[in-house]
Amino acid sequence: MNNTSTFQLDGTDVPFESGQTVMQAALAAGHYIPHLCYHPEFKPHGSCKLCTVKVGGRTAASCTMPAEAGLEIESDIEELNALRRTLVQMLFAEGNHFCPSCEKSGNCMLQALGYDLEVHTAGFRHMYPDRPLDASHPDILLDFNRCILCELCVRASSEVDGKNVFALAGRGITKHLIVNARSGLLNDTNIALTDKAMEVCPVGVILKKRVGFKQPIGERRYDKRPISAQALDDAPRAPSGAKHE
Amino acid sequence: MSEKKKLRVATTSLAGCFGCHMSFLDIDERLIPLLELVEFDRSPLTDIKHCGPCDIGLIEGGICNGENVHVLREFRKNCKILIAIGSCAITGGLPAQRNHLDLGDCLTEVYLTEAGLAHGHIPNDPELPLPLDKVHPLHEVVKIDYFIPGCPPSGDAIWKFLTDLIAGKTPELGHGLIEYD
Ligand code: SF4
Ligand code: SF4
Ligand code: FES
Repeated sequence: MNNTSTFQLDGTDVPFESGQTVMQAALAAGHYIPHLCYHPEFKPHGSCKLCTVKVGGRTAASCTMPAEAGLEIESDIEELNALRRTLVQMLFAEGNHFCPSCEKSGNCMLQALGYDLEVHTAGFRHMYPDRPLDASHPDILLDFNRCILCELCVRASSEVDGKNVFALAGRGITKHLIVNARSGLLNDTNIALTDKAMEVCPVGVILKKRVGFKQPIGERRYDKRPISAQALDDAPRAPSGAKHE
Repeated sequence: MSEKKKLRVATTSLAGCFGCHMSFLDIDERLIPLLELVEFDRSPLTDIKHCGPCDIGLIEGGICNGENVHVLREFRKNCKILIAIGSCAITGGLPAQRNHLDLGDCLTEVYLTEAGLAHGHIPNDPELPLPLDKVHPLHEVVKIDYFIPGCPPSGDAIWKFLTDLIAGKTPELGHGLIEYD
């Protein structure tokens, strides 16, 4: 028997099944809560904090918080959106995000969140880090300039592909994505175009070569509809790429 | 009947490509009602060389050389409201993609070692403004009041932003008009 009860999100009743997080239940009911490191096919990571909501005056990450009957949750309020805007701005200032020349533009979650939150500028001093590309692989390009350290590629490669191609190294501001090969180069790993790790990056780091701009700018996912209108696409679903069962 | 005083507007392109100015002209016939509300001071449209007291300054392009800094400061001194328009003014944009390279190496590569260059030399005419070692967005040099993102922002986005502002509202772009690419 489905054990369905409800909590309140911004004054609306949201049904949930036991075991669901606030994020999962909200998305499944078509209510969008901003997120970057959450992915419907993976265990929550709880690192980006874009999904922060207020419950009884306290803040919590909705992607890790179990849904409970009767909770009164606030999400789409100016206090939280202002904090989310600052998080997005810091991500823009910390990497090198030149959207006009990025193949992910229009399909990028970070950019789409910037649009949705009316972020007009990063505001902070841009750090312009020096992060050389890895173009060693014949079919795949890595542009580390845009990495937001969500670890989705790390999780996909180890949990679904069973390969461990990616990892995060370093701490604090020096934390960065690395490739698990003695040379550090992608060409010396067994990554394949069909890997789950190829499709999960929310931004423009892991790119297929020779398909750039095939889909015209202006006709891409978030050009058509704002990210906040696409909650159902991120509703919980079973992992699709599990090949190692 | 006394005419309402027109707002004075100045525009310039620093380390930009004039694409934002071209996009501004894409407001097309709406230029005519706009000209009932504003008049232009320093701008490529008027060829006035220095900015006088203005209500609104629109700046395209980031800061890549000494002259850009002087022009930006002239605008900040004279404009009540300063608006950064386009990716380069807001993020440094394409010119800022040299920021992780050494400026000397860039000049050497472009003018001396690039294949096909005979007797190349690094331009050193005293009239030329000196490049800065890094390209900066405008807000790192002076206070900027508003930002219109896009490469370039569409004529419709510029129109919406300016008409909101002139009407005394907080400018908002909304889906379809806010774009970073
Ligand atoms: S990853 Fe996203 S935000 Fe970054 S440059 Fe590409 S489109 Fe822009
Ligand atoms: S490469 Fe993409 S998926 Fe991997 S950690 Fe960076 S942003 Fe996340
Ligand atoms: S989506 Fe919850 S912390 Fe990133």
